[in-house]
Amino acid sequence: MIKKALLGAGIAALLAGTALSAQAETLRLLTWGGYAPDKVVKMFEKETGIKVKVTKSNNEEMIAKLRATGGGGFDLAQPSQDRITGAQAEYNIYKPIDLGRIKKELFIPSMLEATKKNTTLNGKVYGVPHVWGTSGLVVNRDKAPDVKDYLDLCNPKYKGRVSYRLKRPTLIAFAFSMGMDPFAAYSDKAKYGEILKKVEAKLIECKPNVKAYWTGGDALLNLLRSGEVWAAMAWDTGGWKLNKENPAITFVAPKSGALGWIDTFALPRKTKAEDAAYKWINFVMQPKIAAMITAAAGNFTASKGADAYVEEGLKKRFQESFPQEAIDNIKWYPPVPPGLEEMEGKVLDRVKAAK
Amino acid sequence: MSARTKLSLILLFAPFALWLGVLIIIPHIDMFLVSIREKIGIGQYRIGPANYMAFFTEPLYWNTFMRTALMSIAATLLTFLIGFPVAFYIAKVARGRLKTTLFLMVLLPFWVSELVRTFGWMILLRETGVISHTLQWLGLVHRPVELLYNDGAIMVGLVYTSMLFMVVPLVTTLDSLDDELIEAGYDLGGNGWSVLREIVIPHAMPGIVSGSIVVFMLSLGNYLTPVLMGGKNSLWFTEQIYQQFIVRFNWEQGAAFGFLLLFLSSLIVWLGLKITGQTLRETMG
Repeated sequence: MIKKALLGAGIAALLAGTALSAQAETLRLLTWGGYAPDKVVKMFEKETGIKVKVTKSNNEEMIAKLRATGGGGFDLAQPSQDRITGAQAEYNIYKPIDLGRIKKELFIPSMLEATKKNTTLNGKVYGVPHVWGTSGLVVNRDKAPDVKDYLDLCNPKYKGRVSYRLKRPTLIAFAFSMGMDPFAAYSDKAKYGEILKKVEAKLIECKPNVKAYWTGGDALLNLLRSGEVWAAMAWDTGGWKLNKENPAITFVAPKSGALGWIDTFALPRKTKAEDAAYKWINFVMQPKIAAMITAAAGNFTASKGADAYVEEGLKKRFQESFPQEAIDNIKWYPPVPPGLEEMEGKVLDRVKAAK
Repeated sequence: MSARTKLSLILLFAPFALWLGVLIIIPHIDMFLVSIREKIGIGQYRIGPANYMAFFTEPLYWNTFMRTALMSIAATLLTFLIGFPVAFYIAKVARGRLKTTLFLMVLLPFWVSELVRTFGWMILLRETGVISHTLQWLGLVHRPVELLYNDGAIMVGLVYTSMLFMVVPLVTTLDSLDDELIEAGYDLGGNGWSVLREIVIPHAMPGIVSGSIVVFMLSLGNYLTPVLMGGKNSLWFTEQIYQQFIVRFNWEQGAAFGFLLLFLSSLIVWLGLKITGQTLRETMG
């Protein structure tokens, strides 16, 4: 009897909890740091009455989180465009985007088309573009003036003064810098394996140069700021942020091409607030709001006409890092076929273990 | 036993049983089922031991585990060597307010989170950090020294993080040691060393064993300290598990590693008890 009553009370309490949270409409957003600044969230809440709950994450964690719940727990996610179709094919965690509910006129047309193409699986589109940027080199020009390409990080002159991540972009970057084209080999596992083998040897050879493999953006910025590291492979925004404090440090688009990424909007399969998700997308893609996100994240968006509202300093830093030919030379990530990441993982493990 | 006492016994036991069942046993069963799945294609699996075999056939995983285990054992020994005099002083030498103050000082660092403590060490040890600057100011070195990102730094972090868990059980057992026994030891012609060996350590053994088990397990399962302080050569087994689950999306491998860690660490503790001639029952009793 008592047990039953207790159980009943417990269930009642649980129900009350869910009822309470369902009262105000909530958008649970799974995104990156800076993509949903407080100011924008407040404006959205004021305009629509929808509460926004922001969870900051990265590509791998986003997939892992959504996989754990079969695509539940969040109403809108922001994975990079190259990581959608593979994850969708394998774990079925996303829901197709209804393009009719997106205000297409807000997007830069070429970017919208490219993202649609790269996130299409079985004829259905799973992503629309939001923020884009590149990774390349962040260099302290006083101390390491001749670092112009990824391979220059292995110059013995800079022993112990270099940092990069042990993640897939590093493998791709080194492959390009060594004169190979890893993207062209995506569909051919044997050939991709060959490329990885050469990159592995290079990264092991380069290991004495590395101070530490960085894992968090802030830790890397600290290494560069303090002068402990002179050159690193990193995101463009990190370089521009440091440039504001110390003009000697900036982002350099590498000779073999910066790696271009686009972070998207994608709907988790069990999204509970689809309406709110579309409202959010159409809200943040307005030029003025998009410029506010650019100010917070440091990267440009796919919103048409937002450039006009972006702070001059950032534009100048962008132009300094990216002359026209460097823009044309950006290597945009194509979708990653399932299975490649496993091969890459083993290579990264061996590099880390090498003495 | 009347029905009433039976019921109250069940009710008393229920939260613990629920906790054990829902949070420990069921997830472990699920994890075990995941660990014996072999991936053969996109979304296709079959049952097999491949994930466990990978641990023994790929030297990298095996080496990582051995390194983790050996460093954890070293950390346990170091923690004991540093913690024992501290505990002895608090339990036997210090009196009154000094005793409370010292005990509190051991506790104090644990009022902040492990992440903050680790960052604290990073600020001290890094090339542009406090220790490096002090050494230069004293003229002992003439250029910045890097003390972070090596195994020594990991060891410092591990010992610091687990000190409390060694000192507390030691203080408790040493407290119960009657001072007269030590005096009697001296009266019977013992010196400092033989009293320590014949009287103090045997009495403190349960505390030593339980402290060592806790410190060893905490070090083995530590994730933050090795990753943040170890730098480019930090290979830690929990890091490998994290990598498999989160970065590689390979839950099957990660689950298998999780079970191997559970099994192998239990084996090491069992071996440690056997070698030192202790039993778990004596320690707990």
